[in-house]
Amino acid sequence: MADNAHGQPQSSGGVQTTGHVWDGDLQEFNNPLPVWWTYTFYVTIVFALVYWVVYPSWPVGKGFLPGINTVTYVNAEGQEESWHWNTRAKLLAETQEANLAQKPYFDKIAAMDFDKVVKDPELSSFVVSAGKVLFSDNCAACHQAGGQGKIGFFPNLTDDDWIYGGHFDKIQETLIKGRRGYMPPFGEALSAAQIDELANYVASLSGIKADAAKAAQGKELFHSHAAACFYCHNDDAKGRQDIGSANLTDKVWLWADVPGAETDAGKVDAVRKVIASGLDKGVMPAWEGRLKPEQIRLLTVYVHELGGGK
Amino acid sequence: MFKNFKHEKVETNAGVLLVFTMLAISAGGLVEIAPLFFIKDTTEQVDGVRPYTPLESRGRDIYIREGCYTCHSQMIRPFRDEQLRYGHYSLAAESKYDHPFQWGSKRTGPDLARVGGKYSNEWHVQHLIKPTSVVPESVMPNYPWLMTPLDTADVADRLRALRITGVPYSANDAEYQRNVKQFGEAVAKTLHIPDAQKMLVAQAQEGNFDGDRASVSEMDALVAYLQVLGTMVDFSKVKPEDLVKYR
Repeated sequence: MADNAHGQPQSSGGVQTTGHVWDGDLQEFNNPLPVWWTYTFYVTIVFALVYWVVYPSWPVGKGFLPGINTVTYVNAEGQEESWHWNTRAKLLAETQEANLAQKPYFDKIAAMDFDKVVKDPELSSFVVSAGKVLFSDNCAACHQAGGQGKIGFFPNLTDDDWIYGGHFDKIQETLIKGRRGYMPPFGEALSAAQIDELANYVASLSGIKADAAKAAQGKELFHSHAAACFYCHNDDAKGRQDIGSANLTDKVWLWADVPGAETDAGKVDAVRKVIASGLDKGVMPAWEGRLKPEQIRLLTVYVHELGGGK
Repeated sequence: MFKNFKHEKVETNAGVLLVFTMLAISAGGLVEIAPLFFIKDTTEQVDGVRPYTPLESRGRDIYIREGCYTCHSQMIRPFRDEQLRYGHYSLAAESKYDHPFQWGSKRTGPDLARVGGKYSNEWHVQHLIKPTSVVPESVMPNYPWLMTPLDTADVADRLRALRITGVPYSANDAEYQRNVKQFGEAVAKTLHIPDAQKMLVAQAQEGNFDGDRASVSEMDALVAYLQVLGTMVDFSKVKPEDLVKYR
């Protein structure tokens, strides 16, 4: 325990001690703080006083001292307005300043036809750099970083196969309103043998080696009112983009994991599964409201230019 | 009283030192936090914020149980980079029915304050079961067990507990009528505690969040919760400068 000898500082080697002595001879030096430290401390006190005056600080009653610093921004009526400094006001002013800097580009893109934007070297490089950021933040989670999509879940945006249309206006429509895929399940309406025949026919359309006899039966079924496949996928099985039914004649697959199957039988089986259980998925969220119209326009060009735009 | 008080007594008595240390550090916290309870502009006046439905509330319980908050914040700060990536900055009003709030302070994953409506239910289900299947670079763990049935039996009790903290779930007809006035009939129905279990099952089946209409799974609840996050306030109807004046 400390043996208190307060008020009688003892000298030890010329340095003043606090006067505390432990175990008879253990003393505590009382070195003064370095001068630079002391002054820095005083400066921070002065800084705090200045800060209280300039920025919002002390609470007073049901409000607080707002400080003398202000931020100026443009209000909804288009008039300049000032408010005491706060992060929200600062964000609003910064956003308006940045929007103003990008405005010439967005104005040009808004006034120009989509196909002309693509040909304009200055605008298309703006679209690529700004579009890449927007795509990464909003689209890449589903369509993947390069737009290659995911079989079984999300369409590939880089090929020329489009479910709802690959023209600029159709891509824009998809972005604004979103999409919802649907195919009824046929597992109960049709027999297993019938589904097998249909699967062989659909697989044969894309050049997969299927059972020819079954495929012939499937073709008949496809165009019959019993299975009614042609209602949505059309007589030529090329699908209808206005309702988002798939083109079954090309080699691009989204829902049936045909590329994932190693054998031809496996590929037919992948098609069979989709026919039997149908699809109640393929939801693309609507981006209207979350993204601004000019951002959607920019993304339209970006997606079109990923490689598959029509 | 303090005549015989010596600093040495504090230094040599751990208990007293502890009390004084706690007093000293509480002062800082009190000065920063307590005034917010009295400043009238702390919580913004905005339309649309409502308590979670029974299903969303159960989803929130699962969010907490699985520790989602340890890697995901729900607080978009008023900075331009955050606004560009996540959307409008969070308002105090948006978490007024959150007990406890899920603001968080750690972002190993992205902020989730406005994740509602950003992705499809299907994406959420796939992502929760195996995140790397849709985001190859993700370090998020797999949560495959969320596809198990949700225990809905105690949902009324859980809402009753939230009601004690001040969330306006209705326990009787008078409170129900108050909610009809405040939130409209459709929302008020979902906040009525005696119907909680029924409303939960109805929302899960109608919303089909997990891709299976037949059963109510934990996935249904969690996805329903994620899909409502940050969607209650319609910011197209709020002037940005009005929100500035709340600070």
